[in-house]
Amino acid sequence: MITKGQAAPLLQMSGITKHFPGAKALDGVTLDIRAGEVHCLLGQNGAGKSTLIKTLAGLHQPDDGKILWMGEPTSIPNPTAALQLGVATMYQELDVVDGLSVAENIFLGHEMATAGVLHRRSAASQTRELLARLGHPEISAQQEVGRLPAAGKQVVSMVRALSHDAKLIVMDEPSAVLDPEEVENLFRVVISLKQQGVAVIYISHRLEEIRRIGDRITVLKDGRTVATGLSVEDTSTAELIELMTGHEVVADFGGAPTGAISETPVLSVEDLAVDGLFEAVSFSVRPGEIIGLAGLVGAGRSEILETIYGARKPTAGAVRMEGRQLRAGSVPDAVRHGIGLAPEERKSQGLLLEEPIYRNITLSTFARFAAGGWLREAAERGAAKKQATSLHLSPPDVDRRIRTLSGGNQQKAMLARWLVHGCQVLLLDEPTRGVDVGARAEIYTLIRELTAQGTAVVMVSSEIEEVLGLADQILVVADGRIVDQRPAAALDEHQVLDLVMEGAPA
Amino acid sequence: MSTEDTSHDASGVKASAPARGRGGPRAGSHPDTSVPGRAMSGTEAVVPTGETSTVERDLRPVDSEQKAAPTFQLSLGHSLGLVLALVALIALGAATGGDRFLSLSNMTTILSQAAVIGVISIGVTFVITAGGIDLSVGSVMGLATVWATTLGTQAMANDLHWIVLVLTALAVGAGAGLVNGIIIAYGKVVPFIATLAMLVAARGFAEIISGRQTQIVNVPEFTNAFRRSILGVPVIVWIFILVAVAGWFLLNRTTFGRRTIAVGGNAEAARLAGIKVKRHTMLVFTLAGLCAGIGAVMMLSRTTAGSSTHGSLMELDAIAAVVIGGTLLVGGRGTIVGTVLGVIIFAVLTNVLIQNNLDQSVQALVTGGIIVGAVLLQQRFSREAKRR
Repeated sequence: MITKGQAAPLLQMSGITKHFPGAKALDGVTLDIRAGEVHCLLGQNGAGKSTLIKTLAGLHQPDDGKILWMGEPTSIPNPTAALQLGVATMYQELDVVDGLSVAENIFLGHEMATAGVLHRRSAASQTRELLARLGHPEISAQQEVGRLPAAGKQVVSMVRALSHDAKLIVMDEPSAVLDPEEVENLFRVVISLKQQGVAVIYISHRLEEIRRIGDRITVLKDGRTVATGLSVEDTSTAELIELMTGHEVVADFGGAPTGAISETPVLSVEDLAVDGLFEAVSFSVRPGEIIGLAGLVGAGRSEILETIYGARKPTAGAVRMEGRQLRAGSVPDAVRHGIGLAPEERKSQGLLLEEPIYRNITLSTFARFAAGGWLREAAERGAAKKQATSLHLSPPDVDRRIRTLSGGNQQKAMLARWLVHGCQVLLLDEPTRGVDVGARAEIYTLIRELTAQGTAVVMVSSEIEEVLGLADQILVVADGRIVDQRPAAALDEHQVLDLVMEGAPA
Repeated sequence: MSTEDTSHDASGVKASAPARGRGGPRAGSHPDTSVPGRAMSGTEAVVPTGETSTVERDLRPVDSEQKAAPTFQLSLGHSLGLVLALVALIALGAATGGDRFLSLSNMTTILSQAAVIGVISIGVTFVITAGGIDLSVGSVMGLATVWATTLGTQAMANDLHWIVLVLTALAVGAGAGLVNGIIIAYGKVVPFIATLAMLVAARGFAEIISGRQTQIVNVPEFTNAFRRSILGVPVIVWIFILVAVAGWFLLNRTTFGRRTIAVGGNAEAARLAGIKVKRHTMLVFTLAGLCAGIGAVMMLSRTTAGSSTHGSLMELDAIAAVVIGGTLLVGGRGTIVGTVLGVIIFAVLTNVLIQNNLDQSVQALVTGGIIVGAVLLQQRFSREAKRR
């Protein structure tokens, strides 16, 4: 099986295309994987990495394109088919069942049994064997997975992938939840897999990891392969960053930042901290100013926004609006003082999907239209309609269920909610996630218009281009701390990427 | 439906209908010009009359997009299905029972039987719409009947006014609901467990108070007030009608109702929009308790006795009626009209089965089948709705 560089690659994907309502997630992706290599998949958030691996795992069906497995054309209609081919996937969100034991998790879905009676002993012994092979003999097969640390769960997830006798293991940011020591363990495992002829698709934002264990690199951007089969040794970091950020799709950020229109801060955050998430976060925003929080997923950016908004209770520090301290951990108080949040997960955190658009727009304000508790839907709907029209919501029918809108239009509805409310400070968490390029430009323009009228904005985005293009000030967040703060004009994309990945000033 | 009220007629002498099914914190006079049935008309010509306050209003005549929100189409379609089912049942009753079934007195009996469970189901509709469940309503109702008929309470009612009896029942119901609400909202106990505990505890408490004895109501004014008819309709049926209408307005026309739907539809989104989700959850459970209290008053007037066995298994009947009515068990959508139809369908069904001399066991069997059938239909509806 150790046939590095054999004639037919293990996996060839070409021209893979996938549309989602309102967005093109993959637009002709090409990728080839050889047995026994560690193939790194690079790309910014939203570049299509997750969609691509979900296609490989049988969770998404491509609209177009070809998949060759060991030279044979194939399709992967469902996760079982993927496992039968020998493709196992370790997702970013750990997919283990906390209440089951290690062995039960590993053989979940392919239990060893005769006539429904489990072979617990042989499952346990195989589990021990696999764990030993991965260098983790200390994990017991009988242990309940819920009691393991994150790294342990990761190992279980990996052992599960191995138990399928996989030829290709896809690892989606496996190091994101691991300590440095545990990352070393992970690397040993990856290298041993490689020596056994198993191919690994390795996704990580950390370039230094890729340097250590990767063989070849494929770079995705905006759903397209911008480079594939790059040798790790011969490609410089600068080159990679250039490829990842590349400027084929020039985003229109609605002009240069205009900056604050007043010197008095409207929102000040003082030494805000939540134990275990972030600490000593201090900054202030002035009317008309945009502050961008840059950082990796998990660095604590969203948590900072949520705490300012009162959705999490801080363990220290204070939030002030125009000098008045807000009640800690109270969303109604924040909203009353003119703060609005457009959350990261629009569907699960922002919207009532089965309700009409106008009721979603007025979710924070319907009581204001009411008289003595009686709703005045005509007035409410009118106000929603007005904002929907001014934001060019499409289709413009506010009685439709919001579920039927595209990502971009759902985001516009979220913004409309706060426009009806009349916010002084808008907190935007990944404002263009799941939003296609056209609608992005509209949202950028909208943000600009708002700040021109004196709204202050604090935004989080994993797309550095976006943060740099929109914000006046950049705060770089790494491991729950603000490691750098400077005007956006004083930074370029490469520097931010360096800061974000290294966690130290360049 | 397995209600134990084997009671007789419900016609009496004298009345006033004091109980109102309104537990909402904010109900009041309303300068609201919009009328029920609005959402359908794309031409909301409703010009806000009140002061324009802080918010600018768009007064342009709304364009003629006649597209009614699918939500309403769906609930309308569902209600229509229920009405058809009801008509079919009545036809069946008429075919097998003839004039006796269609007689006014039989119809009155059906409605009287539906009234108590109906009022309780209205409360449960709110809880389920808010994404919760309340298993304790039947036993809380039993507790309220017992508490309102203790010797002490009855003596006080005879000394002061029969309303004491009513207020006691309402307070006990609302109080038990409030306890549920606090435990669920602030103690973060799942509604199923918290209300299951209340079911058991309230029943036990009622047994302690009553010593497992039936407590006869001997406040004649109370009995007289409720056991009579107005315009040929028994007072308890009027109470059901009033509670249903009030519940409809509360759910569809007030901020309380909007919050209920928001909390049930997506509690996190509601929280992040600034809605006080915990407080609202507490209020919704209190409302359900209050409805159980109203049900207790009606039960007292029908059976003229308080008993710790009143209302046993009624929570299941209420949940069945609510779900058949089209309220989603996962929350986020509720229909009072559907609940009322669900309750009446069950009452008619029971009546038809009794007319045909089928025993309780057969009734239970048929009821079970109908619940499953209705829920299967409901799932198909909601799948289709999603596809749209």
